Amino acid sequence: MAPRTLYDKIWDDHVAHEAEDGTCLLYIDRHLVHEVTSPQAFEGLRMTGRKVRAPEKTIAVPDHNVPTTTDRANAATMTEESRIQVEALDKNAKDFGINYYPVSDVRQGIVHIVGPEQGWTLPGMTVVCGDSHTATHGAFGALAHGIGTSEVEHVLATQTLIQKKSKNMKVEITGSLRPGVTAKDITMSVIGATGTAGGTGYVIEYCGQAIRELSMEGRMTVCNMAIEGGARAGLIAPDEKTFAYCLGRPHAPKGAKWEAALAYWKTLFTDEGAHFDKVITLKGEDIAPVVTWGTSPEDVLPITSVVPAPTDFTGGKVEAVQRALDYMGLTAGQKLTDIAIDTVFIGSCTNGRIEDLRAAAAILKGKKIKVKRAMVVPGSGLVRAQAEEEGLAQIFIDAGFEWRMAGCSMCLAMNPDQLAPGERCAATSNRNFEGRQGRGGRTHLVSPGMAAAAALTGHLTDVRELM
Amino acid sequence: MDKFTKLTGIAAPMALVNIDTDMIIPKQFLKTIKRSGLGVNLFDEMRYNLDGSEIPEFVLNQPAYREAQIIVAGDNFGCGSSREHAPWALLDFGIRCVISTSFADIFFNNCFKNGILPIVLPQDAVDVLMEDAKKGANARQTVDLEAQTVTTSDGRVFSFDVDSHRKHCLLNGLDDIGLTLEKAASIDSYEAKAAQAFPWA
Ligand code: SF4
Repeated sequence: MAPRTLYDKIWDDHVAHEAEDGTCLLYIDRHLVHEVTSPQAFEGLRMTGRKVRAPEKTIAVPDHNVPTTTDRANAATMTEESRIQVEALDKNAKDFGINYYPVSDVRQGIVHIVGPEQGWTLPGMTVVCGDSHTATHGAFGALAHGIGTSEVEHVLATQTLIQKKSKNMKVEITGSLRPGVTAKDITMSVIGATGTAGGTGYVIEYCGQAIRELSMEGRMTVCNMAIEGGARAGLIAPDEKTFAYCLGRPHAPKGAKWEAALAYWKTLFTDEGAHFDKVITLKGEDIAPVVTWGTSPEDVLPITSVVPAPTDFTGGKVEAVQRALDYMGLTAGQKLTDIAIDTVFIGSCTNGRIEDLRAAAAILKGKKIKVKRAMVVPGSGLVRAQAEEEGLAQIFIDAGFEWRMAGCSMCLAMNPDQLAPGERCAATSNRNFEGRQGRGGRTHLVSPGMAAAAALTGHLTDVRELM
Repeated sequence: MDKFTKLTGIAAPMALVNIDTDMIIPKQFLKTIKRSGLGVNLFDEMRYNLDGSEIPEFVLNQPAYREAQIIVAGDNFGCGSSREHAPWALLDFGIRCVISTSFADIFFNNCFKNGILPIVLPQDAVDVLMEDAKKGANARQTVDLEAQTVTTSDGRVFSFDVDSHRKHCLLNGLDDIGLTLEKAASIDSYEAKAAQAFPWA
């Protein structure tokens, strides 16, 4: 057989049907569901009298608009519309018999954090969710796609997805990262280099020494933002770190099944000489802590730079940059470290895992914040519990952070956690679009360490100066 | 799903690049559990002031474009969140076709599932269509899916590519799930095979 990429291998093992024109029915091993993109899909099933084909492979958790305040058990903390959505998910999970982690369950959290944590996400699987950051699960060497609501309904009814194969892209990060540089800086630097459309039509495989040296948490951060680079999915070949992470998780295989799985997982790598349609290489040593200055995730620069001018760009981007600078209230030539910050948000499926909280707490320990408000929203109830056990929660609270319950929160501000117009936020999430964190709100995307540094100084800051 | 065959309509020019789904339909409108009624909030933050009054400069607020059925857009239209509320909002407003040099993957897929035709054309062709669209309400463009052509108001014709399966579904208004269930036997046999090969999955 010709040498194959990791993507080729997972794809080949999941084709249930192939039409003459190459359109495939790809079998789906895990379907994750949340409250915002699923109600219309379940409504569709009811209207047509269809059932969920594989409820045991379907996992639901409310995350996008649940409140993250500690009094949230009181339903009155939710707006009427949010409550209707969450109640609809409660009911749909029950009626269709799917796995469910309600708000009251300590295992509840952001769907992309809960899936790996509970061992639903495993190497070599196909994983889908009605959410673009499904790419996160690629960190396990699982082929993970974000899908729309019509596709959610399609997967519920048929356990397959209609797909044509994407092209293969390799993103190699050679060497090691320098101190203070993280997975978030890798993934944002890649988008800075390729643009938000650079990955369109591709599945990216991230490889190279710097990727191998990342923990599973860091690898999830890298794959999470594959979608910001336009890719259909991001992948990292599984290795001993992956297997160690999966071992003993509630829904990971045990005993003989574990052994069989492990033997298969060890075949999941790109063969020597396999063809990639596009290759990008960055040197790990060259990557600096980065920050976004504009309203697209591709508007990335090292923290040591200045705000660019529209005339530094060409084509349609000139207008977009002018618009971004107006929206962000920035002037070309201004030093990034001179940008004052009002609010700091640490959380999201990009950086809401335990390692992220440790990185931020290491910077904050024993110090006080200078920003108006700062909040930590752990990615899941279990991350929250672990952070409390490790004493991280106390560090955040002592520094002046709010210590919240798990959910998406200010990543997309569907719940009351929102920026006011003009309010400027250093956020560890993944999107800096206009209005993303609240109408008129201004977002600078950063790593958890950089967010902590900004909280301490009151302006964007090079975290390396505080280490 | 409504069929898409041939459409002659007003095209609204939106030259901005990277128009994301947060702009197309901001998240405060995602709390619905229905598919309809989102058209009034299409491009909400670009279209209305905080007090709810219209921003007159915004293209879809201009008299010439209030009835637009086509959008000619800058590069990478529909990037960001996977929300299908974006095509639902476009459709509810009356948009049946979007033309750009590139689209984000998920949005592109979502369009076809909702009877909207996204057309990818090279930059020079999009430039011509953009200029044509700027002429206003009299500049009606024609999109013919069967022939795979877009024609400007003054008769210039551009051909576009479209996936044959998607074209077939759009022309006939076919529902994907129904089509897939016809292949249930293949899914059954895949499941039987996978239960042997991947018993942990
Ligand atoms: S944390 Fe943000 S990006 Fe992640 S799933 Fe929630 S809303 Fe989406």
